[in-house]
Amino acid sequence: MSELTLTVMRLGFLAVLWLFVIVAVQVIRSDLFGTRVTQRGSRREAARPQQAARQQTAAPPQQRQQSGRQRRGAPTKLVVSEGTLTGTTVALQGQTITLGRAHDSTIVLDDDYASSRHARIYPDRDGQWIVEDLGSTNGTYLDRTRLTTPTPIPLGAPIRIGKTVIELRK
Amino acid sequence: MSVVTNTTTIGAIDLPSRRNTELALLGFAVAIPVFAYLNVGLALDGEVPAGMLGYGLGLGLLAGIAHLLVRRFAKYADPILLPLATLLNGLGLVLIWRLDQSPRVIAKSMAQFGSYSPDAPKQLMYSAIGVALFLLVLIFLKDHRVLQRYTYISMVAAVILLLLPLVPGLGSDVFGAQIWIKVGPFSIQPGEFAKIVIAVFFSGYLMVKRDALALASRRFMGLYLPRGRDLGPILTIWAVSLLILVFENDLGTSLLFFGMFVIMLYVATERTSWIIMGLLMAVGGAVVVGSTASHVKSRVAAWLDPFGCLETAPEGSNMIQACDQMTQVLMSFGSGGTLGAGLGQGNSDLVGFAANSDFIFATVGEELGLAGVMAFLLMYGLIVERGIRTALAARDPFGKLLATGLSGAFALQVFVVAGGVMGLIPLTGMTMPFLAYGGSSVIANWALIAILLRISDTARRPAPAPAPSPDAEMTQVVRP
Repeated sequence: MSELTLTVMRLGFLAVLWLFVIVAVQVIRSDLFGTRVTQRGSRREAARPQQAARQQTAAPPQQRQQSGRQRRGAPTKLVVSEGTLTGTTVALQGQTITLGRAHDSTIVLDDDYASSRHARIYPDRDGQWIVEDLGSTNGTYLDRTRLTTPTPIPLGAPIRIGKTVIELRK
Repeated sequence: MSVVTNTTTIGAIDLPSRRNTELALLGFAVAIPVFAYLNVGLALDGEVPAGMLGYGLGLGLLAGIAHLLVRRFAKYADPILLPLATLLNGLGLVLIWRLDQSPRVIAKSMAQFGSYSPDAPKQLMYSAIGVALFLLVLIFLKDHRVLQRYTYISMVAAVILLLLPLVPGLGSDVFGAQIWIKVGPFSIQPGEFAKIVIAVFFSGYLMVKRDALALASRRFMGLYLPRGRDLGPILTIWAVSLLILVFENDLGTSLLFFGMFVIMLYVATERTSWIIMGLLMAVGGAVVVGSTASHVKSRVAAWLDPFGCLETAPEGSNMIQACDQMTQVLMSFGSGGTLGAGLGQGNSDLVGFAANSDFIFATVGEELGLAGVMAFLLMYGLIVERGIRTALAARDPFGKLLATGLSGAFALQVFVVAGGVMGLIPLTGMTMPFLAYGGSSVIANWALIAILLRISDTARRPAPAPAPSPDAEMTQVVRP
């Protein structure tokens, strides 16, 4: 065997050995640089529901789950199926959605039977979406029953606010 | 006025199991020893070695089975412990095979025993047994907390294991150290297994007693001195490890035991005074034994001045062999240089006796040089680091202490062997984990890795969802 081949193999072996060590260290690099810390939503996103809920007594729940980390089978969008806004969709990304005639609502309802701050839809700790009536005049109906308490929304169940019907879809 | 929200959450909601990472690293860890095998064959005979395919397949099969069972039984276990152990074991096999090929070793064996049998096939068999034990531990030890029940049984078992080599008829005195027992055709080194068993005892004991040890103490000259009855166990362990040293001439194991106990005491109580006391006691014991026992004395002489003692030692004595080995080993490391002589091209077989067990690190030093030695030490360091990481992540105090103790024992063993071979501390008869020839060591270390994997699996496993409470549906918010 020629001298050159052996030298190349010798250096090559050391290189491969070190490559393994480096790859192994890469696998555990979180040990060296600490665990990745994610902010609970950016400041801009956090400010919007706060602003919307300024006059409410209950603070809006902080979103817990990041987008993309949602459970299987969880709804991904809110669809307006009846009323003047038919066809509007809002992506559900863990943020609180406010409904009403007020201009700063997430969905501004152009509906005579809706209150200015009518209802809100938000995820609870487990990622389950909840609808809550905010003391509206004409009430919020989930599948024909008038809401009195915050209620979990089943997938596809119609939520009726005045002439507007919305539902959660995958 | 905007309120800056400063709430953060650590992204540990959905831990990946990292099994595919482990598979990729395992492939790598099998390929490197095969490359080394090829390299040795080409350097020694100039042709591709005949057994390469079989060897590669054997190692790959062992690794593959281990990986599949880890996937099945310890899904969330640490991803790099298994590849590291596989790589070290594979490279150890190559180095042992390389020393088997040496004509000098063969001639010496023929002259001494009249026969010669290569060690590599035996080591391959031991590795297979080791992996089998690894799998058995993973399958049958569903939760490491079960071990907690056997705290005092483990203490008794460890003492029995340690005393076995002293039993007449069973123990056998091999080359000055009485640490083996003969069972049929096999000789077993019970100390290697006692290492794991005693870690279980220490964890169970310290978990219960750590508050008494940490809090009930008097302050004396800036040190916290514990009460006599709490000090009892450490003194007992100290005495036991000294007795091992005296009767079995096993400096390494006694150092390992005592060191492990001090490490675990420190971790359990967070008192620096234990480390200071432990170091003082270790030094005291070592000085006493080093100046009295002849076996240890020759090791110390070889450590202090290897080249000088080679000339002054009386001919044919125990001391001259110790000095000769030490000088050969130092020469090996020196001639290796930075990049080494290349696999199969060194002269580390000149160490002669125990070249493939206690002194195998000299072969690494000579043939792979400083770069190779550092890579090996880093790999050992990574195993220890993952062990400590596991201890940090573990949720129960017993698991924390056990992982600390096992990785501490592993680290101490590497330190004692590497330090001894390089002349930092007196040489002790211990084996480099996974690398050196020796059935008990390989098997025990595979079991050690299995326990670490089990603890890390329990630690990293996501918490099960709480059972749905039957009352939850009934509760309603009553609005005023």
